[in-house]
Amino acid sequence: MNDSAGSKPKFVYVTYIRTTAEKLWRALIEPEFTRQYWAGTWQESDWKPGSSWQIMIPDGRVADAGEIIEFEPHKRLALTWRNEFKPELKAEGFSRLTYELEQQGDMVKLTLTHEAPTPESKFLDAVSSGWPAILSSLKSLLETGESLEATRKWPKGM
Amino acid sequence: MPEFKPKTVFTPKTVYVTYIAASPEKVWQALTDPAFTRQYFAGFNVDVEPRTGGAFFLRYPDGRVHISGKVVDWSPPRRFACTWLVEGVENFGELPECLVTYEIEPAGGSVRLTMTESHSWDVPPAILAGGQSGWPAILSSLKSVLETGKPLGIDMKPPEGFVDAVKRAVSAKPWRREAGD
Repeated sequence: MNDSAGSKPKFVYVTYIRTTAEKLWRALIEPEFTRQYWAGTWQESDWKPGSSWQIMIPDGRVADAGEIIEFEPHKRLALTWRNEFKPELKAEGFSRLTYELEQQGDMVKLTLTHEAPTPESKFLDAVSSGWPAILSSLKSLLETGESLEATRKWPKGM
Repeated sequence: MPEFKPKTVFTPKTVYVTYIAASPEKVWQALTDPAFTRQYFAGFNVDVEPRTGGAFFLRYPDGRVHISGKVVDWSPPRRFACTWLVEGVENFGELPECLVTYEIEPAGGSVRLTMTESHSWDVPPAILAGGQSGWPAILSSLKSVLETGKPLGIDMKPPEGFVDAVKRAVSAKPWRREAGD
């Protein structure tokens, strides 16, 4: 859902996943998980506040890069995020992404908030259409052992 | 199929998208068959006349009506839209009806389900928050039912300030001013 009440709009997406906060946390950051549901990509970082962070495309390019802001295992992860492979999106500068995890019985409420880098943001449009597919696939992976087919590989020609 | 046109103009306010490993027919069934909705939709049984212009209800397990409306678009297995009027909850019945639209599209071996909640008046954020907190829970559970056979036991509570916002709106009736009365 896009909420444009402030000067910089943001995309907020909530999903509930039958899993533990520990397992979901690993699935959000470890390459063996992200490769399955996040278009074949993986992240590189030592996951300490202030450290650099990047998303790697299977062909060796960097998709996105930024810096870790908050790292509170199983609860909250915040980082800055700039697109690196599309010049018009890179030019918008750094967005801010936050994951919040809340264990509720045998499931976890996952809230993703992606704040746009600029008031009028093509970057936000792009991630707003991407996140529901990626997070739906993450939920399928954790609940059924299989991610959604369409999210397993980096799209040809992108 | 001819579309049933409501007189009111509805503007999309809340959109939720989820991708489900199931066929469009199965997702359609999950939205329109009470054997499915009672599992993931807070226990409510859908009761819908399967035609554009038909009657639509969400009923409590004992048969009382929670939501009533009209089918605005019945196009299986692609598009299901109906108006919603909340009944059986104090005050809520006086709020103008909203429009809920489900679109089902094939998406690379799975299905993209898009839910759009549209309104005819300038709904305050505290009332929109009700749908914004409810839809992710309902549709996450729908996805779990179709993919694993098991719903999620999410405790559905209205967000803080929601009930008061409804009371204020029902008392001030801002939609009357907007309509030019």
